[in-house]
Amino acid sequence: MTRKFPKDVFITAGFNTISLGSGRKEFNPKKPRPGIAQYVAEAGKGAVKQINSPANIDECVVANFMAGRFVHQGHLGAFAALIDDSLEYKPSTRVEGACCSGGLGLVASMKNVLSGLSDVSMTVGIEVQNSVKAIYGADILAGAGYYDGTRKDGHAFYFPSLFADKAKAFYQKYGEEKARKAMATWYANAIQNARLCPEAQENHNTDPDPFSTGMTPPNPKAFLDGINVFDCSKVSDGGSAIILATREGLKKIGKSEKDSVQIAGYGHCVADITKVASDLTCLETTRRAVEQAYAMAGVTPADIGIFECHDCFTITGLLSLEAAGFCTAGKSTEFVIDGKSRRDGILPTNSSGGLIGFGHYTGGTGVRQAVDILRHLTGTAGTYQVAVDPKRPYGLMISMGGNDRTVVAFVFKKVA
Amino acid sequence: MELNTRLKNVAVVGAAGKMGRGICLLMTDLIANLQLNSPNKLGYKITMVDVSDDALSGLLEYLRSQLRKYAEKNINNLRKAYASRKDLVENGEMIDEFINGAMLLPRPTTLLEAAKDATIVFEAAIENIDIKNQIYATLDKVCSKDTFYYTNTSSMPIAELEKVGGLKGRIMGVHFYNPPPVQKLVEMIISKNTRPEVKEAAYEIGKMLKKTLIPSNDVAGFIGNGHFMRDGLHAIGEVEALQKIGMKMYEGIYALNRVSQDFMIRPMGIFQLIDYVGLDVYQLILQVMKKHLNDKELHSQLIDEMIKQDVKGGQFADGSQKDGFLKYEKNRPVGVYCTKEKKYILFTENNWTKAIDEKLGEVPTGYQPWKALLSDKGKDKKLEAYFTSMKSMNTTGATLAWKYLLRSKEIAHFLKNSGVTDDVENVNGVLMNGFYHLYGPVNKYY
Repeated sequence: MTRKFPKDVFITAGFNTISLGSGRKEFNPKKPRPGIAQYVAEAGKGAVKQINSPANIDECVVANFMAGRFVHQGHLGAFAALIDDSLEYKPSTRVEGACCSGGLGLVASMKNVLSGLSDVSMTVGIEVQNSVKAIYGADILAGAGYYDGTRKDGHAFYFPSLFADKAKAFYQKYGEEKARKAMATWYANAIQNARLCPEAQENHNTDPDPFSTGMTPPNPKAFLDGINVFDCSKVSDGGSAIILATREGLKKIGKSEKDSVQIAGYGHCVADITKVASDLTCLETTRRAVEQAYAMAGVTPADIGIFECHDCFTITGLLSLEAAGFCTAGKSTEFVIDGKSRRDGILPTNSSGGLIGFGHYTGGTGVRQAVDILRHLTGTAGTYQVAVDPKRPYGLMISMGGNDRTVVAFVFKKVA
Repeated sequence: MELNTRLKNVAVVGAAGKMGRGICLLMTDLIANLQLNSPNKLGYKITMVDVSDDALSGLLEYLRSQLRKYAEKNINNLRKAYASRKDLVENGEMIDEFINGAMLLPRPTTLLEAAKDATIVFEAAIENIDIKNQIYATLDKVCSKDTFYYTNTSSMPIAELEKVGGLKGRIMGVHFYNPPPVQKLVEMIISKNTRPEVKEAAYEIGKMLKKTLIPSNDVAGFIGNGHFMRDGLHAIGEVEALQKIGMKMYEGIYALNRVSQDFMIRPMGIFQLIDYVGLDVYQLILQVMKKHLNDKELHSQLIDEMIKQDVKGGQFADGSQKDGFLKYEKNRPVGVYCTKEKKYILFTENNWTKAIDEKLGEVPTGYQPWKALLSDKGKDKKLEAYFTSMKSMNTTGATLAWKYLLRSKEIAHFLKNSGVTDDVENVNGVLMNGFYHLYGPVNKYY
């Protein structure tokens, strides 16, 4: 049975802060930096500035993964009032689902307005990770896996090692040379896109030949076999905010459907976190979530004009193309090498740089992806705007948590 | 005695000095690792002796922070070593555990006699024969007659030090370069009496520390200072010669510093290097060499005068550069000392450096800074073309550089001919590994 929304829901008024971390000129690990409070305020204010009055927001959702460990802060819902005084004494809830926290934050706001109790719900997604060095951050991020069961025997860089295993399985099945070439192309695309987006962490990157950098042979002594550091997303601080509203809600906040895009469908599923996928080369949970979203929206991959995937690693980018049905198993390499995922290709993908180029403030990434799709479909992405085929006015985003364990997929549609 | 047993009791004398603290760190890293992989974790210690209590406190602080860096880098090994420790799950927990275990090793003390159990002693005391003799006399009394002694002297003949008590045959030179944890080079010097097992243990330790070990014969100054002292004296001599043709002394210092750094593509100019080592240390080594080699050329009036005016270079406790021949801001040269006016003349004053630069002329075609060439796989060809172009030039800068290069080569041959080394390749090795030169003084370029 195909699910249907009882009401139309729209996303509007999105905002991304700078993704701060290594690569940005203003980043200095020894100097004080903004914290959770500053990012909630900056991202939230950026969004509410685009509506008539923050007082018309009915409730908030704060998405975050691990502030409790990165900066020893829990109770994040109660930061919402920093955005505007009018939000004090209104509902605000924190949601968490590892790197899918942002995606879950969108789902939570969507359900808020679908419940009939609210017309306007704002999701703010944030993370501060540069509070610790990468070697200790790896311990914290390992919480996105089955900690009790697998951390002890895991690699020092727990998650990169899990995805290196995926990469190696992929090499074995489909050939290493082509896969490495596709991964390096993915990296080069990410850098080239990031250079156009002022908030992207790799915006200041001046590498004359990012493809060659991406081809750096993996070094198991310094890092891992299977992947190199350029195959990994960035360690980032930042926040994103976006407003979800019903048609009545849009009127209340003074936004038109032209400024907004509609949620055409969504999918949300989890896999057993204590288990490992039987096929390392397939993102089964992602595949299912996307399938749900397509079915609800009544579209096929051929209708998607712009794509935002969760490329926590280059290999995840490739596997996401396959899981979303843009190509068959093992063919993502050609898809990428042939330039189809480039900003001027048939399927502009991660056009602000993705997790590798834009940055990955984990809890906020899902929100950031929605903001980017909103901008591209409404023609407001400025310096990094891509031309979306008017015959395919749909955007697909995938927000993934852990090793393909919690996934939220959205299909957005430009309606006006 | 097995080397691993011997390493259970190590002492470092002069532990809190510039060289001593580095050796302390290397030995703490090494022994903490042995301890980690040994079934019986007890019984290891490193006695760290220094005259200053405050400096010893600083040493412990230094070790703690450096051990963290070491552990972070070696996390894969730690995860393996702690695989059976169910209580240690996270990288952070294992790193803390390693540091805590390693910090049980140092036994800081101001009492030299506390080193009595040591079976290996690294001595990194000041380059003063009386002080060193006193140290060895005391150690010889309190330590076992089987203890091995490794001196970090950079200038004194081992034959001189082994005269003390019953040390004969049990001492050799293990000359680390500054700073020991970073510098790959260690000069290995045996006397004609050094026992094979003393030498073998030293080479084994050097290998465990992943150092580049280059042998030098037991002649005062060895290879490193044998070249460096004379190399510095050549530059000072050139400054004096330039004075005779009308250049002011501070202008000459600036000129030779530029020639040795830029024209010769070395990591730093010769006067900056002397400042780094310290003018007082430079003077001390000259004195030791002069005495043992009976060579009155090994002396510099300018150095003596500078020290008389209390200009000494060296480093502050935080590692930043003190003013010497040059004045430094954020560790970069910004002026030159003028002995006549007893003050620093800043580079920016009246643009005088520009006039000197013009006098020197352009750097030869094909010039690339040291740092750019360092990791350049094609540097061999580039250097060859560069020096060919230098040879054909007759600008002041190119002429000074050319003469300097030939002098450096001459020194290398002198070191071989005077018995400091059996092979000029060792001189090349020391300059490339210990001084980070891109090329040895004996090469095919010139």
